[in-house]
Amino acid sequence: MTEDFISKRINSIKFGILSPKMIKKMAVVKIIAPDTHDTDGYPIKSGLMDPRMGVIDPGLRCRTCKSKMGDCPGHFGYIELARPVIHSGYAKMVYNILRATCKDCSRILLPQKTIDEYKEKMQDTLGSGEFEEIVAAAIKDAKKHKKCPHCKATKHKIKLDKPTTFNESNQRIMPTEVMERMENIPDDDIILFGLNPEWSRPEWMVLTLLPVPPVTTRPSITLETGERSEDDLTHKLVDIIRLNQRLRENIEAGAPHLIIEDQWELVQYHVTTYLDNEVTGVPTARHRSGRPLKTLKQRLKGKEGRFRHSLAGKRVDFSARTVVSPDPNISIDEVGIPFKIAKEMTIPERITPGNKETMRELVLVGPDKYPGANYLIRPDGKRKKITEENKEELAEEIELGYLVERHLRDNDIVLFNRQPSLHRMSIMAHRVRVLPYNTFRLNLSVCAPYNADFDGDEMNLHVPQTEEARTEARLLMSVQTQIRSPRFAGPIIGAIHDHITGLYFLTINKLTEKMANDILARAGYTGEPLKTEGGLINGKDIFSAFIPKGIFLKFKTKSGEPVVIKDGKMLQGFVDDRSVGAMGGRLLDEVLRKCGPTGVKHFLDSVTKLGIAYLDLLGFTTGIDDEDLPDNTKTAIDDTMKKSSKRIDELIEEYASGKLKPSKGKSVRDTLEELIMLELNKARNNAGELAEKQLKKDNFALAMAKTGARGSLLNITQMSACIGQQVVRGKRIMRGYADRTLPHFSEGSLGARAHGFVKSNYKSGMDPIEFFFHAMGGRESLTDTAMRTPKSGYLQRRLINAMQDIVVDYNETVRDGRGIVIQFKYGDDGVDPSKSDHGRSVNVTKIIKDEVGE
Amino acid sequence: MTTEVQKMIEEKNADLPLIVIKKLEKKLESGKLKKKDLGKVMDRVMDVYEKAKIEPGEGVGVLAAQSIGEPGTQMMMRTKHYAGTAMDVTKGLPRLIEIFDARRTPKTPMMTVHLTKEYNTAEKAEALAHSIKETQIRHIAKSLKLDFLKYRIVIDLNKEELKKRGLTPKVLETIIKEKFEKQASLEKDTLIIKAPKKVASVLQKLRGEVLKTHLSGIKGVTYVVIQKEDRNYMVYTQGTNLPDILNVKGIDPKKTKTNDIKEIERVFGIEAARHMLVEETKDTLKDAGLVVDYRHVSLVSDAMCADGAIKAIGRHGISGSKASVLARASFEETVKHLLKASAYGEVDGLKGVVENIIVGQVIALGTGVPELIMKTEEKKSKK
Repeated sequence: MTEDFISKRINSIKFGILSPKMIKKMAVVKIIAPDTHDTDGYPIKSGLMDPRMGVIDPGLRCRTCKSKMGDCPGHFGYIELARPVIHSGYAKMVYNILRATCKDCSRILLPQKTIDEYKEKMQDTLGSGEFEEIVAAAIKDAKKHKKCPHCKATKHKIKLDKPTTFNESNQRIMPTEVMERMENIPDDDIILFGLNPEWSRPEWMVLTLLPVPPVTTRPSITLETGERSEDDLTHKLVDIIRLNQRLRENIEAGAPHLIIEDQWELVQYHVTTYLDNEVTGVPTARHRSGRPLKTLKQRLKGKEGRFRHSLAGKRVDFSARTVVSPDPNISIDEVGIPFKIAKEMTIPERITPGNKETMRELVLVGPDKYPGANYLIRPDGKRKKITEENKEELAEEIELGYLVERHLRDNDIVLFNRQPSLHRMSIMAHRVRVLPYNTFRLNLSVCAPYNADFDGDEMNLHVPQTEEARTEARLLMSVQTQIRSPRFAGPIIGAIHDHITGLYFLTINKLTEKMANDILARAGYTGEPLKTEGGLINGKDIFSAFIPKGIFLKFKTKSGEPVVIKDGKMLQGFVDDRSVGAMGGRLLDEVLRKCGPTGVKHFLDSVTKLGIAYLDLLGFTTGIDDEDLPDNTKTAIDDTMKKSSKRIDELIEEYASGKLKPSKGKSVRDTLEELIMLELNKARNNAGELAEKQLKKDNFALAMAKTGARGSLLNITQMSACIGQQVVRGKRIMRGYADRTLPHFSEGSLGARAHGFVKSNYKSGMDPIEFFFHAMGGRESLTDTAMRTPKSGYLQRRLINAMQDIVVDYNETVRDGRGIVIQFKYGDDGVDPSKSDHGRSVNVTKIIKDEVGE
Repeated sequence: MTTEVQKMIEEKNADLPLIVIKKLEKKLESGKLKKKDLGKVMDRVMDVYEKAKIEPGEGVGVLAAQSIGEPGTQMMMRTKHYAGTAMDVTKGLPRLIEIFDARRTPKTPMMTVHLTKEYNTAEKAEALAHSIKETQIRHIAKSLKLDFLKYRIVIDLNKEELKKRGLTPKVLETIIKEKFEKQASLEKDTLIIKAPKKVASVLQKLRGEVLKTHLSGIKGVTYVVIQKEDRNYMVYTQGTNLPDILNVKGIDPKKTKTNDIKEIERVFGIEAARHMLVEETKDTLKDAGLVVDYRHVSLVSDAMCADGAIKAIGRHGISGSKASVLARASFEETVKHLLKASAYGEVDGLKGVVENIIVGQVIALGTGVPELIMKTEEKKSKK
């Protein structure tokens, strides 16, 4: 087994053009027959499905290498073309070479001295952008010469008639002649075209032999009806062989030139579409059904192509996917896994003297009951499926050195992921908790990094199969190690929603002893009894019971009240978003710094449970009655609306009479718009403030907004007082009919209502006109999101692709894939933002305070 | 003069960032840190710094790309009015894309002009702003007629506008004569320019040329806004022309900048361009209310500037000029890269990330970096 770890590595991959010699050498069969199968359904010998080219039927063995399906990679065949054809992908390069070489002596059209100069410049530049620039310059230079510097022959103008036809002063150059000219170019001149005499002679860009890919790359499928359906490539190859045959027969029969040329052209067409079915100017080859064929280029290209779909991204074993749902009772680094999945996913465990008996028991349980095992692997690598029938037998067989693939069980390490995987916190390592029902369960605090909610989201799970993979996952990818986001150097995992409201109410209230005991028990408190004051316990003390000792912190809440924590005791203030919330909780950050990943994990686990426990006792809900306003407030809001509309009328009046002064850099009209917008904004704010004043302190919606648990003051304003101005393209609504937005208004009306001001609130509802404008604004924001997602996705893909090879070296320098230094010290100070203090390397003030005391 | 801190650093052979050293010195100076405690504090500082350091093998490129790309989803698409004026400036995601695309010209080119002390008054700023704004013939033309009988263009001048822009007919005449030589003439308030050839199409073409004739101000500056920020007057311009504005008297050439990063590169060079790249990215992100660590922004900028010229993020820039064939092929234009690589006989050294994923090998990132092999047999024999 140890030998497996020192695996062979592919050192490099060399690219080149296949020479006819090479094509012949790697082929195992010459394909002659244009058909695949005979009437009995057997593959025709020397046909496109010749069994020597590999196996695609299970059970059969390859005629060439004698391996079974899956082991045999397949073997190439070749087609001998009666007349050569141009490789369409290289047409442009061939064209450049033809124009830059002499037709008589086949030398490049450059004097020897220039040739040597270019050669010197090209030394060791292959693979860089520079190389291509030099090649382009050399070709351009050569093309300029009208006379050959070597044999003094005059050059004729050559034109490329796209895609693959060359004309020299209106005389067609047939591929045979193209090839001849290419063949005669000396190796020394070839280099200037960027070519490599050993790996890519230019005459190889003209095909004389066509390699036939192995059947494994173009498997045929048998339909239910027993009909065979061939792959697109096979179809195309059939066409090529058939026309090639006809061409050969015609040549042999001595047919007239014109007919031969026509046939030749047809072969060229089929070879072109075989290579690329999207060449401009060439009609696309189609399937019988009219669907365009997917030929070689289409197989490689794009998102669903070989590169991006099958090579850079691969499907993996040992993975599961299902809907996620919340579970506040499991730890943040746990994930709940349904029994069904746990029985399907396995971990290979080696039999040691220590676990022999437990493993035997697992085998004895079998694959259907949990916890059991699914497979047994013998030391010789033979894999044995455990079944109800053979489980006793296999359990007896177990010896040291055997591997048992046992079911997933609690505390195994797995990787958990939600797409789109936009940052590294989108894949984290969790500990398994096998639970009933059919969904993955996750703690609410990890919703933020995954950006998950439970409206039907699905997530993926991967089970690492080796000990080092599991160790790496546990040490580097565990949830608690990912708490501080490298993006902004603050915690991204933290309390959300009800956790925050719960803790807020807890830290502003006093509790009876019984209540306190209840919630402390639920949060898992094990310390000393807390001090009581007249039978009551301060909520702050309960919260403080979970803050680790040695935490000193002073900061402000979202609403600006000071919070003081001294040696792990909360002395002043209350808990809100700013202290324990996801995306930058200050207290969380400090606990992480003081107690490390495990410390915060425990802190967060118990504190969130505490919050929920208290909220359970308290009872918490929000509904439209949270936005109820007394009648006099409603009239007051109406009054402000009226005042604003009067003020706007005045402004319009001023504008109409030409008294309005423009503000600098603006037209009078724009100035009016600006003033109206300001006035309307003020109107909504005033209405909001009026409403807010009426909402009581224990109003649930208000509590949530003020603590940052959910919702904002604007949301409350819009529900209870006034929705406000609707905006399209950053301006009031101006579109619709000529000079007016709707037929309900007079032409040229500039009033608030006519341009999308909604003075109703969501609770009372909008009138039809308001509703219409509101829908306009709403639609804009929908289209905006729809445009943004793919744009930012593409930006991210580009960024990742451009930057992925950049690594920190052992000597602290940052280097790219070429080994070029990008930065001498990462970020100028060599500090990892996810280990920093809000982006700073060292917080000197804090250290001095710590070391010296105040 | 070596300070106490520097002495201590030498003594302890510490390697600390400059900011930290400066901070320690300041604390020592202000008396908040006593000399006797310096050693103790220094030990802690060194310890904390050592623990905060990035680990070798960390894939900082991916980290930076993710840190900038991920918040992109939360960014707005709208263009914003500049400081409440009629001037549009691209902001948010489109601007971010524009920066990383390294476009030749931004969608909304803009200069921020700082003024010197003497010019830092309302009137002088106003005057300067006016003089900067470009005037072309079209701005001062009341009407323009194409005279197809005599093959000439007749322009009625707008005298008010002429005066507003600080031009006199005389000045106008000399400029026109210089450009169109004898074909131009000024009679009272009409400007007549004859076509060089008596062909209709030539006249039509001439029309555009005449209208765009530069008279005064700075070429390319179509609009100016004066704004008072703190105690300083600033001039914002629509359209940029850095080389010309630097010659204007009264501007502060050290602070004046443009949002056209390629122009910065042309005028000041690659280091300035890198700096501007960092600043513009930072501003754009900050404007959208997103916090992204400086390190990520600087790394992307450094990667774009590493070759001495700004390279875009994408197929025409960094991704298109990678050494590895497979890396290029797996990004965009797959077949083109494969054909080229074959013709040139390129070798893929399989050094990067995607290449190794493609061939199924361990990638050279993180725990894949160390190459440590232990011979197990020898260990056994020792036993």
